Amino acid sequence: MSGAQPRAPVATDDPVTPRPAGRGGMLAGARTLLFKEVLRFWKVAFQTVAAPVLTAVLYLLIFGHVLEDRVQVFPGVGYTSFLIPGLVMMSVLQNSFANSSSSLVQSKITGNLVFLLVAPLSHWAWFVAYVGASVVRGLCVGLGVYAVTVWFAPTPLVQPAWIIVFAILGAGMLGSLGLIAGLWAEKFDQMAAFQNFIVMPMTFLSGVFYSVHSLPAFWQNISHLNPFFYMIDGFRRGFFGASDVSPWLSLAVVGVSFGVVATIALRLLKTGYKIRY
Amino acid sequence: MPAVSFHQVTKTYAGARGTLRALDGVSFDIEAGEFFGLLGPNGAGKTTLISILAGLARATEGRVTVMGHDVVAEYAQARRSVGIVPQELVFDPFFSVRETLRIQSGYFGVHHNDGWIDELLANLGLSDKASANMRQLSGGMKRRVLVAQALVHRPSVIVLDEPTAGVDVELRQTLWQFIARLNREGHTILLTTHYLEEAEALCGRIAMLKQGHVVALDRTANLLAGTASTMLRFKTDQALPQSLRASARVTGRIVQLKARDAVEVETQLAALRGAGVRVEDLEIGRADLEDVFLEIMQGAGSRKVEMA
Repeated sequence: MSGAQPRAPVATDDPVTPRPAGRGGMLAGARTLLFKEVLRFWKVAFQTVAAPVLTAVLYLLIFGHVLEDRVQVFPGVGYTSFLIPGLVMMSVLQNSFANSSSSLVQSKITGNLVFLLVAPLSHWAWFVAYVGASVVRGLCVGLGVYAVTVWFAPTPLVQPAWIIVFAILGAGMLGSLGLIAGLWAEKFDQMAAFQNFIVMPMTFLSGVFYSVHSLPAFWQNISHLNPFFYMIDGFRRGFFGASDVSPWLSLAVVGVSFGVVATIALRLLKTGYKIRY
Repeated sequence: MPAVSFHQVTKTYAGARGTLRALDGVSFDIEAGEFFGLLGPNGAGKTTLISILAGLARATEGRVTVMGHDVVAEYAQARRSVGIVPQELVFDPFFSVRETLRIQSGYFGVHHNDGWIDELLANLGLSDKASANMRQLSGGMKRRVLVAQALVHRPSVIVLDEPTAGVDVELRQTLWQFIARLNREGHTILLTTHYLEEAEALCGRIAMLKQGHVVALDRTANLLAGTASTMLRFKTDQALPQSLRASARVTGRIVQLKARDAVEVETQLAALRGAGVRVEDLEIGRADLEDVFLEIMQGAGSRKVEMA
């Protein structure tokens, strides 16, 4: 560089930058991104928390009222009681998915994802923050639905540990799935397609409104291929102490599904799929 | 160790009509503390090069380091050393100005940074907007926030991708005073701009890109000296004599003739007199960066990579 006459060369790698206090390894910055993602949905909580609670209550009023005297799934458990855990879990799952997916798609379309892309965030930090915020939103909505619907019918809490385990694992899996969808989708209508053609059918066909034992054998078998079925069945186990399949089987299926989806999401983040060109 | 080093950087995009080479073997270094200009017409590859530097894009081949850190293998250290002001006016509509800056700072692991955030706000004329939501700001104000966001983690290398496009004169002045101060304090500045007078006034050294190649790389002063440095400018309605036609730049009635020195100017004036051309508003000036730029862009093929 004979043409260049740089001014006094700087000896250290970084003359003016104070070192960040804690680097935190792989998860550096994840806390801030998690905080930002939670703050994002909380600022519009009317739309992101209150609205889904209202939707679930409407389901309960209509289906519960119409079917209360006609359907009994578990002995001694009324239909409305049976329905409440299903609606709570459905709300948890749908809102976990909605949080990560819509946040990512919005940031991609408006271009402000650039603020994350230039930051030293590892793919683990992205994953933990986006999925973590999805779990928080899912649980907020789930608690909201439970708090409102619990007054309509008795809902015992026989094995509460299952409730917590399946709520968190299910929200985590749907948050991860939302992350994949958000990375993949380039437009809002692609996002909506993912939600309407994959997430909605899988939730509705998972036994939210019925026990799969009431289905013909063929559809029972199909339902057993749906991981959402195990999430809701395991979750409901925590309320009534009864379920269609063993909660341990459900735990295994949900755990493995979450692992597979999380691995894909992490892989896409690491390679910068559709975000780094 | 250079602050930024580009080594044989190539970037290709697979397009509908075959492969597009956005960058083709770009190599140059920027030393610590430099104020460096990256110039070139639209589509020359400036933004692609900067995007690779900042981690927004990945080079197909070649290597980029910032403060000695590879932007891919050691991305965290490299990105901590870079602050980039993107060209697009982007913002997150959910947050206020202060929230935006605190969040951006946190991504870099710098917490409790309000002292520096306040200083940035004051220097960029944003103090009274700290609590305003991003949506409420005008375009110029949003641009200031983008600058503050790029600086919030105190990067040693500051990259400005056409920061003054569509920005009012007042902000331009504020911005350049502030950036010049940061440069004096030891920050390395990499600037792309369409305003050549800005590059001429600010940049100590300049690289020019054309179609993914470096076509000039030198100190600004050398670039200005290297070209025919005197410019004869006048208006006329008549045809120029044959001897001057090839070298003249004609815009309507305005004719510009480049000359190496006063003797050549005298020769040109004699030719005009000899041909009986009546001239008005005659003036003699120094060539500016725009002339250098045009000359290099026109003759880029023959003058490829004049490595300094």
